This record gives sequence, C-alpha cells and structure tokens, in this order.
Amino acid sequence: MSKLIYEKSAPGRRADNLPRLTPAEAAMKLRIPHKYFREQDAELPELSELDVVRHFTNLSRKNFSVDANMYPLGSCTMKYNPKICERIASLDGFSALHPLLPQLRGGGVLTQGALEVLYETERWLGEIVGMDAFTLQPMAGSHGELTGMMLVAAYHKDRGNRKTKVIIPDSAHGTNPSSAAIAGYTVVTIPTGADGGIDLARYEAALDDDVAAVMLTCPSTLGLFERDILKIAALAHKRDALLYYDGANLNALLGRCRPGDLGFDVVHVNLHKTFATPHGGGGPGAGPVGVKARLIPYLPTSIVVKRSDGTFALEYERPKSIGYIASFYGNFGIILRAYAYMLLLGREGMRRVSENAVLNANYIQARLKSRYDLAYDRLCMHECVFSASRQSAKGVHAIDVAKALVERGIHPPTVYFPLVVKEALMIEPTETESREQMDELIDAMLEIADLAEHDPAQFPAMPRNTPVGRLDEVKAARDMCFKA
Amino acid sequence: MIPKDAYYTKDHEWLKVNGDEATVGITDHAQEALGDITFVDLPKVGKVLKAHDSLLVVESVKAASDVYAPVAGTVSAINGALGSAPELINQSAQGDGWICKLKPFDASAVGSLMTADQYEAFLAEH
Amino acid sequence: MPYIPTTDQDRETMLKSIGVPDVDSLFADIPASVQIPGLNLPAGQSEAEVYEHMHRLSHRNSHDLISFLGGGYYDHFIPACVDELSARSEFYTAYTPYQPEASQGTLQAIFEYQSAICRITDMEVANASLYDGGTALYEAAMMAIRLTGRRKILLDSGVNPIYRNILVSYTSNLAVDFEEIPVVHGQSDRERIIQALDDKTAAIVLQNPNFFGAVDDFSDVIESAHRKGCMAIMSVYPVSLGLLKTPGQMGVDIVTGEGQSLGLPLSFGGPYLGFMASRMDHVRKMPGRIAGATIDGAGRRGFVLTLQAREQHIRREKAMSNICSNEGLCALRALIYLSWLGKHGFKELANTCAQKAEYAKTRLSAIPGVGVKKSAPTFNEFTIELPCEASGLVSRMIDRGFAPGFPLGRYYQGMDNYLLVAVTEKRTREQIGMFAETLEGVL
Repeated sequence: MSKLIYEKSAPGRRADNLPRLTPAEAAMKLRIPHKYFREQDAELPELSELDVVRHFTNLSRKNFSVDANMYPLGSCTMKYNPKICERIASLDGFSALHPLLPQLRGGGVLTQGALEVLYETERWLGEIVGMDAFTLQPMAGSHGELTGMMLVAAYHKDRGNRKTKVIIPDSAHGTNPSSAAIAGYTVVTIPTGADGGIDLARYEAALDDDVAAVMLTCPSTLGLFERDILKIAALAHKRDALLYYDGANLNALLGRCRPGDLGFDVVHVNLHKTFATPHGGGGPGAGPVGVKARLIPYLPTSIVVKRSDGTFALEYERPKSIGYIASFYGNFGIILRAYAYMLLLGREGMRRVSENAVLNANYIQARLKSRYDLAYDRLCMHECVFSASRQSAKGVHAIDVAKALVERGIHPPTVYFPLVVKEALMIEPTETESREQMDELIDAMLEIADLAEHDPAQFPAMPRNTPVGRLDEVKAARDMCFKA
Repeated sequence: MIPKDAYYTKDHEWLKVNGDEATVGITDHAQEALGDITFVDLPKVGKVLKAHDSLLVVESVKAASDVYAPVAGTVSAINGALGSAPELINQSAQGDGWICKLKPFDASAVGSLMTADQYEAFLAEH
Repeated sequence: MPYIPTTDQDRETMLKSIGVPDVDSLFADIPASVQIPGLNLPAGQSEAEVYEHMHRLSHRNSHDLISFLGGGYYDHFIPACVDELSARSEFYTAYTPYQPEASQGTLQAIFEYQSAICRITDMEVANASLYDGGTALYEAAMMAIRLTGRRKILLDSGVNPIYRNILVSYTSNLAVDFEEIPVVHGQSDRERIIQALDDKTAAIVLQNPNFFGAVDDFSDVIESAHRKGCMAIMSVYPVSLGLLKTPGQMGVDIVTGEGQSLGLPLSFGGPYLGFMASRMDHVRKMPGRIAGATIDGAGRRGFVLTLQAREQHIRREKAMSNICSNEGLCALRALIYLSWLGKHGFKELANTCAQKAEYAKTRLSAIPGVGVKKSAPTFNEFTIELPCEASGLVSRMIDRGFAPGFPLGRYYQGMDNYLLVAVTEKRTREQIGMFAETLEGVL
C-alpha cells in the first residue's frame, strides 16, 4: 500500500539547500516579541531530495493522463498539449516577471513583451469568436461566467433596467446557474425539447421584460447545435436581454462559425479546453471573457491599450468598470501557452480543429449507435451523448461502463452529465486522436456492450488492474478524513 | 408497500399525525433516488415554517435534496440519531428514519396532501 | 497540420461509416448565413518561428533587476525538483480526478497538500485550493456570511488593497456591507476594530504580516470578535509561518492566503494559488474541492473528491460557490516545495528572510533622510520613509538596475513618501549593500 509523504519522514533528514547567512546578517537581532513566534515547528516531513523525487515520481505513475491514455471526456476537450508551449511558458523573461512592475513609474517599459502578449491574445480571441473586446482576467471558465454575468448586471444597472432573472436551459453545466446566482440573479430553467434543442415555446413564454440574460452553450452539452439560435437571439434582444455564450464547446465551431455572428453579446472561452493549455490535474485554467462594444465600458480594471507610438500600457481609469476580477491581468502563464498555440495553428489550423473534432465524434457515434442508445438521433458536433439504458436493464450502469474502460486503459467519457439524459455517457474525442485510437475505444465499448449482455456480474469488481479498486465514497463522506 | 397511516407530498415527503403533533420524513422512493445518505442538515428546534418552506437538506454522495415542510408548523423535536447514523433514512425511511416533529402544525392543510393510494398512483405516473 | 493525425484515407473511411459525403455536411445544422469561409488571421507558423517570436517578446521584459519588490508576491528561489516533478506529464496532462481509480496520483497529492496547509497554519481542514489569495479572501467572506447569517464585513485596511478591491467588486450585486478600519502608523487600530464589532458583523478580516510588513498577534481582537458572535478571517503570507504565530494558535476561523511564495514563479500575475483552511465544524460551508481518504473493496487506502454536494455541479444555484477548477498543478508545486523544505527548512527559510530584512533595515536606516520604523516588528518586508516622493525614486532606481520596492502612495492616501521593501533569501549581502549605496546616491 502506498505511503503518504508524511509516513516516509525520518527525523533529521533534510532536502533543503538554502543560502547561508553571512556573519553580518546573522548578527542582526530580530525585533519580534517572543509571543509573536509560533509555539511549535510545523510538522512538515523530513526527507532527502531523493525521497521527495521518488515519492512524486511514483505518485505520477498512478495517473491516467492525455500523454499516456485516450481521455474522451465530453465537455472537457482533452486535446493534446503541445510541448513547445511548455517550453515557451518557462522562458525567464516571462516566468520571473513581478506583477507589480507595471504599477511602478517607469515599470511599463520593463514589461512591454508581456503586455504585448496580453494585447495580441485579446485581438486573436476577438477575431476567433467575433467579439469587440476581451478581458483576460478570469482565471477559469466558471470565473469567466461570473465575470460575464457581472458585466450583464452592470450594463442593465447603467441603463436603469431593473431585471432580476436569467434564463438557463436544464442541460446547462452547474456553473451557469451558480454563477448567475452569485451575480444576484434568480434562475429560470427551460427544459430541453424533443429534438435536443431548447424548448422554444417554453423559452418564448419565459422571456419577459424581467429577463436580464440568457445563458447558452452552443453546441449544447448534448453536443448538438442550437438550430433556432438566430431566433433565440432575436427574441432575447427584443426584450433587451443579453445573450451569454458558455464557450465550453467552442472546439466544434473554431474557424467555421463565430458566437458573435450568432448574436451573442458576452462570451467566455476556456483556454484549457479549446486552446490546448494543460488541465494540470484540475487547474490552473483561464476563462477570458469577450464582449460586444456596448459592454466595453464595464470590463474589469485594468485593460491593456496600445499607444500611438506602438507601446503598450495599462489603463486604470475606468469609471464604469465592474472593478477587479483578479489581482492582476489573469493567469498569464496560461494565456502565454494559448497565444503560442494560436500562432502555431493560424487561420487554417483553427478550421481543421473543428472539422476533425466534429468528424471524429460523428465517427464514434455512427459506430456505437447500434449497441448504445443515442440520446438524440441526429448528427452530433464535437461530442456525442449516449445513454447506457440498454445496459442498465441488465444491471450494468454508466458507472460500470466507465470502470470497464479504466480496466482497459482508456479514461472513461463523462458520465451522468448532462442531467437531462439518463445514464449519460458523453464522448468527446477531440481532433488530436487518431482513427486507430478511436477504433480502440470503439472496440472496447463494443466488447463492454457484449459483456453487459452475457456476463453483467463481472462489472462490479472492475477495475481490477489499477492501484485501487472502486472506492467507498459513502465512507469518505461520512468519515471526513481530509488530512494526514 | 406504502404505509397507509401517513400522508404524502409531490416532493416525496411523508407526514404522520399523532394528536397535536405531526412527524415528517422523506419516503422510501426519495431515499432510493438519493442513494446512500451521508449527511442530514437537521433544522433547529423552534424553527417556524410555512407550508413548502425548506425544512432541511439531505445529502448523499451524488446529490443534495431540499426537504420541504408539508404543512405549516413549528419544529418541536428532531431525530438526533440521524447525526451519527444518517443511513437510518435509507434503512427505514418511514420508521426509525423520521426526521423531525412539528407541533403545532396546520391540521387543516393535511386534507390537501395525498393519501397512500394517491401517492402510489402518483409514483406510477412519474 | 500540427497535432491532427487524420489522413485523407482516415477521413474517407470515417465519412463512409457515418454515411455522409463530406465533412461540410456534418455542419448542416449551422445556418449558412453564419458559416464563415475562414478567420481573418495570419497563417499558422512552425515551432521554430513561434519559439523565436516568443523568445524575442520575452526579451522585451526586464526580469533581471535586483528586486526588493513584494506586496504579497515574493521572489523566492524555486528548487529544481519542484520544476522537474511538476513537469511530469502524468501530472500536468491529467484531468480533474473524477474517476478516482485512474487518478490516485493527483488525489493523493491533493490530500497531502491539504495536510501541509493544515500543518503550517494549525487549522483542522483545508480545501484543494482556489484561484488566488484575493479570490480566496472573497470566498472566505462569503463563507462567514453563510455561517453567521449576518451581512457586514469589517476590513482592516492593512489587508492587501488589491484584495480589498476584489472583495468590493465581487459583492457589488449582493447585499453585503463593508466597513474599513484604517490603520494607524501602519498597524491595526485595535480599539476601533473592537468597537466596530457588533451583532450585525459576520467577520473581521485581518492580514498577517499586513501590507506594510507589520507583524502582530491578533488573539485579543479575535477573542473580542468571538464574544460578539463574529468570525475571524485572516490572510497570511505562508513563508512567514516558518517563524510566526499561526492563525490556528490565534483562534482564526478561516485562513486564506496567496501560495505563490510556495514554489510558484512570479509569472506576471498568474497562475497563482489561493489556499483556504478552517475548522471541521464549518467544512460543509467551505467552497472548492476537497479530497478525502477512504478504502476500496480490498481494504486498500485510496483518496476521492468528496462532499461534492457542496459544489456547483450538484447544488447548482444553491452551491457554496460557483468554483469548478482549483489550481491543481500549483497546489502540487506547493506540496513538493514544502516537502523539500521540510520541517527544518521551512523554519530556516523564514529565519533567513527575516535576518536579511533586518540587515537591510540597518543599512537603509543609516542613510541620512531615510526613516525606518524600529518600533513595529516586521518579518521580511518593511516600510521606509523617504525625504522625497517614492514613485520618482523608484523610477530612478529602476534606471540603476533595482526594483527598490513598492510606493505605498499608490494605494494609501498621504503615504507618497513611503516605500515598501521586501527581502528574500535570494538577496545576497552584497546586493543589499549595493542597494543601500545606490539609494543613498540617488537621494
């Protein structure tokens, strides 16, 4: 059984190798009263550097990762993370830059390269999604959603509109309603219609003058393009409701269709999905927000401007701004990687992304639909959603299909989301998977379908070849052991 | 088998009347849907509620569900055993897994709740 | 085409399986009027060209000034093994550990990270991290509001001014009131704080060391807060905890802070690391992911994300927060860093920084016209008074190769002649000496 790092500790062992104080420095008397000191040393482990290296090297080997396994998680866009982007992010001229430098007089001069990266990234993103301006401050997708909703609130407040509601489809990711609520809105949920799009009749009925915004993901979390989007947008705008785009599924539209052209007023983009920055085991990400011109005055402080002499500066004087969304300019290290990725792809590369992402998902859908129930029988976009209901009838649920895939070395698709599909299995291969790799997934799922028919009893024990088997989640919630 | 000695709501709560006191809990159907219950956020004794106010939240590993007051009333007692053994609700949703008592409660509103037969029919439909 | 493996042959095979003639037909649901032939962007470039371009851009930044700039973000040395280990692609190309059997590396690391934060802060439970120190402080304020049912937050103005801006911006659409308590001579105004604490106050928000570098023991203030039913929130500089009294010891209810100093590069503002720790009593109202220990069917210990019923994917609009991601890789770096420092290194690092800062204080206070307050205890950051405007001095020092510190007048009224100076273990005695000499020359 694997040991915690604390369990490998041996008193007196040290890895640290810090600079020594010179006699002059050591001779200084610290003017801190004794009672301001901590009473006991922090119980951090005592290890050699090799102990530390072995521990984390071995830990890493227990993970599935894009670099080692296919990871078709729907809605997550687990595409390949180009290594050149990692190399660029570690350049000293970027990584050693203190964020307060531009706030010093003469400091702007010291950060022109970084400011140019921010400025250019905003311009590229604006062109890609059809928006007039961007803020790169949001540090994650849901952070972008909150920022977007705060912009909506500022816009309406400035116009003297008293609107309290936001319309969200029931297929939306949970971050949508929770972000709207934090921005002070009440959420009105609209059901998904029979064809997989939003129920247009219910939408129209719910749209009144009290609606501040409509939050949509397009294609939806069902992987389906919202066919009535132009109508949906027109109806919203007639009521002075703003249309918000959750960019989680932008990979399906890259280079072919722009949310701005569909009528969206505010957009957030997930750099860690569409723009290939690494997922990091759960972050860091970045969720820049783009807006149409009428929302520019409300963008968070500060913004990057290009002066007439071609140099870059930060503008802080923004009377209508919603204020500070992040401490500085956003997750710069992530923005850097995304910018490099955009430069690598260029115009043609972007278009190839959506073409292949959509082709791949449809291929998987076509080959699996005879054995797994399709939630909606129409061509999908970059992800396809199945229901494991046929298998459930034999006692094999979506979670069992997932564990069976783990046993076969493939990371499972997203399960039990979106909530509108029972026993949901959401598969998003992305454009970076080869046909052979997809065939491996397809073959595995067909084999699993067979097994569900003939020998469902095998499933509860799976996965049998991982460091641990299925874990007792009830015990975890009840015991509440969160630290060593 | 839906116990006949209680009344039911569309949100899968049950209410049993015992003189001037009513006992409230969630039905077997609800506990089944939630899965293994990990935590019950019990209300405070003395809490005053209107019908359909949120009484408490029941948590499982994969879900969190609001439990609503079937009728107006004041919380007079809570089932402390649920603190250390929330699984009682899974084991005996309408017995040992009772959640709280209301006293006083709005007896006149009980008539508008579903009977066991009506609840059974309701479950069959949905 | 970079990163796309699909060949023409593959495409043909797949289209046949799908039963459509070409790729364009897969996009038939998109109205023709909004399909564009392509973006108005330059063509893609090779790896070499992109690298060259970015390399040139990186050189348009000056990162080799001798830095005494702090303000909550510090130039500490990052040990090589932190970079190496967090660069393992099994860590950085993994996803959020929703399938625990496939993610024990990430999950165990989160559990160990949570443990490390608890150990350095003396608190009972920590989450898997939040975006940064500023948003973590906002989350703490909201948590206190949820727990107390009260709507007023008292803010000591020694708390990082950028964080205070964030707090106000985030809550602008919510019914939250703020009252700021100005500092007196760079230190907290105890009497005024205690007076302001009442039964409408959800929490008092403090920082240690504060933005001016002053160190304090807030136990008395916290006790007063508790007597009035208020909570105490404290933002801390984690490296200082190698020496200083912990928030746990002071009775703090919710601890937050910026983890950048724990092995993360300055990186022009991000990605950073917001840490949060509290008591077990409050864990159900805590935002963010939490990893917990459990066992599998064979009795083997494993780790899972737990208490997910607090989070947005289950509670939706009733969630504790809208937060979805954490700063996974950053938390991993902090864990590796703290493991490498270990029990003794953590203390030694703090001591080294404090001693060097004291040395710097001595050298600077010897300069005619420069005032260094000896009365207020500090850790590795302190305020000096100049005989001239600090902003102007800063730009003259930059010209001479130094980032001399942060001019406090930018965020605090009436402090235009004050400079905030930070010293880390990276500053050699020679550098500190040169700094003092150059400063004297400029004045």
